[in-house]
Amino acid sequence: MSTEGNGFKSGSNLEKILTAGHFAFTGELGPPRGNAVEEVAEKAKHLKGMVDAVNITDNQTAMVRMASWAASLLIMQQGLEPNFQMVCRDRNRLAMQADILGATALGIKNMLCLSGDHQKFGDHPNAKGVFDIDSIQLIGMVKKMRDEGKFLGGAELDGSPKMFIGAAANPFADPFEWRVHRLAKKISAGVDFIQTQCIYNMDKFRKWVQQANDMGLTEKVYILAGVTPMKSVGMAKYMKAKVPGMDVPDEVIKRLQGAEKGKVAAEGIKMACEQIEEFKELKGVHGVHLMAIEWEHKVPEIAEQAKVLPRPEV
Amino acid sequence: MIVAKRKPFDEIKEYIKDYKKVLVAGCGTCVAVCLAGGEKEVDILNTELDMARRLDNNPLETGTITIERQCDVEYLEGLDDVVKDYEAILSMACGVGIQFLAERFPGIPVYPAVDTTGMSANLAVGLYEERCRSCGECVLGLTGGICPVTMCAKGLYNGPCGGTNNGNCEIDDDQPCAWFKIYERLATQGRLDNILKIKEPVGWNDQIPRTLIQPGYMKPEKDA
Repeated sequence: MSTEGNGFKSGSNLEKILTAGHFAFTGELGPPRGNAVEEVAEKAKHLKGMVDAVNITDNQTAMVRMASWAASLLIMQQGLEPNFQMVCRDRNRLAMQADILGATALGIKNMLCLSGDHQKFGDHPNAKGVFDIDSIQLIGMVKKMRDEGKFLGGAELDGSPKMFIGAAANPFADPFEWRVHRLAKKISAGVDFIQTQCIYNMDKFRKWVQQANDMGLTEKVYILAGVTPMKSVGMAKYMKAKVPGMDVPDEVIKRLQGAEKGKVAAEGIKMACEQIEEFKELKGVHGVHLMAIEWEHKVPEIAEQAKVLPRPEV
Repeated sequence: MIVAKRKPFDEIKEYIKDYKKVLVAGCGTCVAVCLAGGEKEVDILNTELDMARRLDNNPLETGTITIERQCDVEYLEGLDDVVKDYEAILSMACGVGIQFLAERFPGIPVYPAVDTTGMSANLAVGLYEERCRSCGECVLGLTGGICPVTMCAKGLYNGPCGGTNNGNCEIDDDQPCAWFKIYERLATQGRLDNILKIKEPVGWNDQIPRTLIQPGYMKPEKDA
């Protein structure tokens, strides 16, 4: 019962794009710090027709935001496909399974299983972090619900929650030697696709993908390379110094510093597009996940410049 | 051992503001070793309370006693004749001792003078680091003797997460990443296969009050 008659795991647009062998292109949208539908609609309109699916973040950086399933539904009403993010920080296994049932019942077909940033970073730093299960265990739980029709506890569930199961990978956090093995664990837990941390250190990323190729992992999972264009030198310096697990080489900062006044952002976009061009040719990479943080209106320009348009109809 | 730290003085003072006769009860075992609630700390608190209440023109009559262990009925008996002279007790024992004291003297209010902060190792005088959360399902055999439940800020069983930063945890540059250390130790020992396998979701054993009866023993009849 793992698949519908059509052979797909969930039949999401993203799954169809990837299984058809197209180079996938996904975007991201952070729900509002309030319940303003218009804010979601405004961000979503820039992404329409530009990406195959849109990640809807789940209380990103541990700041309270509109529920990711709710914002997912809002963008579906606009004709976009969500990739529903779920972190282990905020829900126990009961709430997670309930939300998965609810999400699939309402037509959500992709989800991304994450541990979640520690609550210390957010606006409720002394909240109790749940972490009842971790991201790898979450992948296994969704797969069990989908493929065996069973809850984590073992009881049969009514219906079959079809999800195309995603997870994250950070090739840059240490120990580097272990990162490819952690990818392998996610694959054996049942993940269908991976979106990586923002890539700036291309050498290290190439090495990681090579390891994954050598271990045969890239034949078992679709890998979407994470790209975030730098808006400014300040952003690059901040990400290098302050964001855990982020690897920003000095060359990246130097190149931005070398840009003409007023053209740093354009240089950042150019750099991102050069990366995307390389990823299109890189064995083991099946697409790009563009995280244009609070820069959704730039996505059409980036997609155009990266030559990923028009998006394939599948 | 169990470690604790003294509560803020104002909080302690507030608890006992309406009493005239208070017993400050220390505990001579764990909290004495970690410098939170032994005989010496009992005397200090007693002096502070005495001075503060004099300044308030609301003098307090205090007594002090430190018994070997407040979590052991055998030692509590020694308090039976002492407590009756007091309106309230301030206990400087860990949470177990405080509750045991309150249970033995149900007619007398017992207040905590310390916050119990965990099971820790003694790294230096006055320096303690938490090492165990008593989860009830020890995985140290798999993880090279480093506890991910206690030392990983997310308590991950399949770490490390993506936040590892030069071997440290994303929450603090001074906090080593438990999973980085686990990886290093297992790599040194040639035991990485331990963590190549997925650790399935655990059943949390600490969600209801736990009672432990060792094999061959039983609950005393009177409590059954």
